[in-house]
Amino acid sequence: MLSIILQAAAGAGIAKLGGAIGAGMAALAAGFGIGKIGSSAMEAIARQPEAAGDIRANMIIIAALPEAVALFAVIVGLLAVLS
Amino acid sequence: MHGKIFKALLLVAFLLSLANIGFASPRTVEESTVDSISMTHESESSEEAEKLNPSEFIFDHVKDAHDWHIMSIGHTPVSIPLPVILYSKSKGLNIFMSSKFEHGHTTFKGFRMETSGENKNKILEEDGTKPLDLSITKNIASMFFGVFIILLIFLSMGKAYRKNPVSAPKGLQSWFEPVVIFIRDDVIKPSIGPKYERYTPYLLTLFFFIWINNMLGLIPIPPAGANLTGNIAVTMVLAVFTFIITNVSGSRDYWKHIFNTPGVPWWLKLPVPIIPLVEALGVITKPVILMIRLFANITAGHIMVMAFILLIYIFAEMSAGLAYGISLISILFNVFLTFLELLVAFIQAFIFTFLSSIYVGLAVADHHEEHQKEHV
Repeated sequence: MLSIILQAAAGAGIAKLGGAIGAGMAALAAGFGIGKIGSSAMEAIARQPEAAGDIRANMIIIAALPEAVALFAVIVGLLAVLS
Repeated sequence: MHGKIFKALLLVAFLLSLANIGFASPRTVEESTVDSISMTHESESSEEAEKLNPSEFIFDHVKDAHDWHIMSIGHTPVSIPLPVILYSKSKGLNIFMSSKFEHGHTTFKGFRMETSGENKNKILEEDGTKPLDLSITKNIASMFFGVFIILLIFLSMGKAYRKNPVSAPKGLQSWFEPVVIFIRDDVIKPSIGPKYERYTPYLLTLFFFIWINNMLGLIPIPPAGANLTGNIAVTMVLAVFTFIITNVSGSRDYWKHIFNTPGVPWWLKLPVPIIPLVEALGVITKPVILMIRLFANITAGHIMVMAFILLIYIFAEMSAGLAYGISLISILFNVFLTFLELLVAFIQAFIFTFLSSIYVGLAVADHHEEHQKEHV
């Protein structure tokens, strides 16, 4: 019974569905995270415009961290679709 | 003086690897007996070649290859063949140009190139086993070129500094001195502290290697334009270097904090060492995420650029008008994407260097400073 279900699931391309949904969720998560970083950076610059350079440098550094994790999820989604 | 000789040797090595620039023709006069077989094979594969396979095209261009494929005129591929260096247990060392394989259509000296499946574009022996492959592939030739550019820039800068140590910088120095000073003063010195000079050569080399190779990957003209830093083996080697340098220069406090973290209750350490295991996992995860971050960012950028260009051809298969229409949008988006990729090239090099210097700084941190950081 289980093998029949598994075969049906494989035939229906559930792996491709999973990969595509995973990549979409990665984009959602990255947008949410980096948007939060950007918004707090904007607020900090508005509070103290002379620190704009420091804040901008830190924002770029920290933005690379959730971006890396999101791209990691994209790679996993790609692997799910292709194999 | 020996800097110049070394540069010349590197250039000679690179040029030798490109010694046979030429078109690869599908058949030669001597192979007339194989001709009829290859003729039918050609017509079969030409029908498949008519149908564009986007994912296959993208992955063939993002991955490594044994020849440098520039374009295909009709069914004839135009590519620069590269040397193939194989060592097999049965046949010994074999060195020849990859044009002998004729893009997977012929076998040569008992080796063949796979054209499909999981071993695609890899060289296998006739019985299917893999020889030890030390070939100069596309990524390695591109790395030689990138290293040549880096040596050209920095050796000439070093000579200029040695000749006039106190005069104002001019020429190439004015371009690179602010960047080097920025990395040294704002990234390396604050992260590592008083012992920063020992690690500055490695970290500066890391930064410029990643940055210049990222940028070279964006230029579509050979010998630039290979996806070098998007090759996970290359980023793995860089991450392994960071791992080795961090852990070899780790002080006693560093190892104590990993295996016997102060402030953690004894029952988390003794019968089942949960905290030491978690900390040891952290030691390994940090270089691994460095590797994946660089690889994924650069490869994703290249895949996006190629996908938007292929969009034109995908639409062309439906109708010509749609292709003309989409081509304007696609090209404009590609220009924007390439500017973004220039920014990503710098940011990824900066992040790799910055995080590496933070890890080195954590490893060589002084005992008193460490405790002050903990109580924050």
